[in-house]
Amino acid sequence: MSTSDAYYIPHKATWPVIGTAGLVTMLAGFANYLNGSSIGSTLMVLGLIIFIVMLAGWFTLQSGESESGMYSTQVGISYRMGMMWFIFSEIMFFAVFFGTLWYTRNLSVPWLGGDGAHAATKELLWPTFEAVWPTNGPGKVGGEFESMGAWGLPFLNTLILLTSGVSCTWAHHGLLAKNRDQLIKGLAVTVGLGLLFVACQAFEYHEAYTEMGLTLGSGIYGSTFFMLTGFHGFHVCVGAIILGVVLFRSWKGHFKPENHFAFEAAAWYWHFVDVVWLGLFVFVYVI
Amino acid sequence: MSAVVAEHDDHHDHHDHGPAKGLLRWIITTNHKDIGTLYLLFALAMFFVGGAMAMVIRAELFEPGMQFVNPQFFNSMTTMHALVMVFGAVMPAFVGLANWMIPMMIGAPDMALPRMNNMSFWLLVAGVLLLASTLFMEGGAPASGWTLYPPLVLQTGNALPFAIFSVHLLGISSIMGAINIVATIFNMRAPGMTLMKMPMFVWTWLITGFLLIAIMPVFAGAVTMLLTDKFFDTSFFDAAGGGDPVLYQHIFWFFGHPEVYVMILPTFGVASTIIPVFARKPLFGYSSMVYATASIAFLSFIVWAHHMFTVGMPIAGELYFMYATMLIAIPTGVKVFNWTATMWKGSMTFETPMLFSIAFVVLFTMGGFTGLMMSVAPVDFQYHDTYFIVAHFHYTLVPASVFILMAAGYFWLPKWTGHMYDERIGRLHFWLSVVSVNILFFPQHFLGLAGMPRRIPDYAVQFADWNMISSIGGFIFGASQLLFLYVVIKTINGGTGEKVTDEVWEDAAKHSLEWTLPSPPPYHSFTTPPTVIPTEHI
Repeated sequence: MSTSDAYYIPHKATWPVIGTAGLVTMLAGFANYLNGSSIGSTLMVLGLIIFIVMLAGWFTLQSGESESGMYSTQVGISYRMGMMWFIFSEIMFFAVFFGTLWYTRNLSVPWLGGDGAHAATKELLWPTFEAVWPTNGPGKVGGEFESMGAWGLPFLNTLILLTSGVSCTWAHHGLLAKNRDQLIKGLAVTVGLGLLFVACQAFEYHEAYTEMGLTLGSGIYGSTFFMLTGFHGFHVCVGAIILGVVLFRSWKGHFKPENHFAFEAAAWYWHFVDVVWLGLFVFVYVI
Repeated sequence: MSAVVAEHDDHHDHHDHGPAKGLLRWIITTNHKDIGTLYLLFALAMFFVGGAMAMVIRAELFEPGMQFVNPQFFNSMTTMHALVMVFGAVMPAFVGLANWMIPMMIGAPDMALPRMNNMSFWLLVAGVLLLASTLFMEGGAPASGWTLYPPLVLQTGNALPFAIFSVHLLGISSIMGAINIVATIFNMRAPGMTLMKMPMFVWTWLITGFLLIAIMPVFAGAVTMLLTDKFFDTSFFDAAGGGDPVLYQHIFWFFGHPEVYVMILPTFGVASTIIPVFARKPLFGYSSMVYATASIAFLSFIVWAHHMFTVGMPIAGELYFMYATMLIAIPTGVKVFNWTATMWKGSMTFETPMLFSIAFVVLFTMGGFTGLMMSVAPVDFQYHDTYFIVAHFHYTLVPASVFILMAAGYFWLPKWTGHMYDERIGRLHFWLSVVSVNILFFPQHFLGLAGMPRRIPDYAVQFADWNMISSIGGFIFGASQLLFLYVVIKTINGGTGEKVTDEVWEDAAKHSLEWTLPSPPPYHSFTTPPTVIPTEHI
């Protein structure tokens, strides 16, 4: 057990303010873009570049410090707690959209169809509306659409992500057994499967928009479908980038069996993304 | 993990590691005291910004009829006043206190994640700036109330995406701050500082940290759906597409109810820290305080729809949320009982922090009682969206959270600065505040019961008298707070000239570790962990 004397306290951090500047530039740019201002997209790109530079700089700094052995066991515990609680906050973020799906399917759409005390309202306002899922509401917002089936591409994607979870764990075993080759191969496979998943998802979106009439504007079905799968897809991209960085560091010879927080954090994140997908597969696609 | 605890250069000289020179010190600092100071000063500044908005509101409501501002701007003022006070003043003030006090109270050298600590402060500033910028935009600042209910909020002009992204930034900032606090409390305690020996302030922040991590992403999700409903054709809150505007209210209050407890739980923590010191007794029922705090936090997640009794919920929902809400009175009652029992037969003295704390116990209880009244669903139909609710939540926030923040300021300023504040002005500030806050908010109960709706710039003439009295109270209260500003500035610049001891208050070091350090404490709090853990507070 280390004493607090060995607890590494960094001094004079410059990356946090740079990151803040990047983030606020990006968001102010996005807001300007949404309001139709011409400088919006420029600001967005500028902010994004600053943000990426910050990420690269901050993580290079941290991995250098980690490799030179500046982090005691206690520091490692702080990082692990940080990652754990961050993932918890992400779970709550996804919970909002799962909750939205549950609420609309089980409460508000049936109410629109006259359930509960709402029969007279329905008769008066939209007598022809039938409360069946999938729906784009009494206003048939976004026009005719087909809903997304579960057993084609989404099922394949489920298998892809589950396999990537296995390859990630296989890589971890390689790391623990000091088998660098297995570590690198396992990570490469994991990143590859992640990218394959994203590609399939992009193909699915393309089909939805061009063939099925299913868009973000297809009423509540389209809204929940794209919001849930979209945010998940974004998280897969982020996870794949994190794993890519870990892969690069593994190739550079970083990580030891007793000290590899970055690998662990990336793996936790990847498994979290995996579990969210299983929830999506069941509640968005199958049921 | 690491078998090798390498002695990096930083370790050898980090005792004499001072701050960077000049203004840059504050921008790139990772020190918990520097960041705590930044948070507290920023919160104080925002307290006056939000307060100025409140003055606009009270000036407009001084008399019936339209006097100074147009209705749109009036509604922007109510909205911005709330957002600035909640996210810019009260929450950051408590995060500032957490930054300053928690490492010192648990015997740690600093916060667990110092770089992230810096980022959470600057994201807060960025978020508030983005929010403030909406005041100058076409269409004005958001005027929908701080709850940002659709469809009304979707009529906001250019300000809408800025307000939404501001919420995102403030959310990220809060989550980072909360993760840091939770990791610090779990991982940085000195040997022997077991969880059940921690000062109550640390306990309440541990639980608050958990609340923040759980709820800020929920608010982020809700406003993200507002954004897509407005700009990307989604139908989350639009019945035509199968969505439901009431869904937003559910999500918002799932965030919003724990959010108000984010502001009150650390308040409880500070009160539980100050009262025993000036009663010269241990805190009565320490462990019951811990369990009561945890119970309140748990209950806060399952009572949200009592904010929406009038939206047309099924009767079973009304009844469930009514009874669940009433349950909160039990752990809260435990707390009020414990504070009172702590003072019972104590050798009490009435310095400014204690005066504010006692006023908190009495006036917060009033806010709690009106809360209980409103928890009764059929009765709430009458109170809903009236000044009664404005009076209720201001009693729980102003003479509670804000008073306790003042108390904390007076209590710890001597420790932070090494100088004593001016007790005479402190007491003047207290008496002016406690009288005027009641002149300000008590009549609003009558206005609400008589049917005056909230968020309106004009009103029927029968409400004129109490509104004028309330406004007069408001102006006195607002002006009195300048005394606090004066005290803070004067104390930082040397105070009364009286040299304060390490302990500052009689026997305070028996209660908590920060009083064992010099006043002001060294740049790094406990570079070696303390060996004796105070237990007087238990």
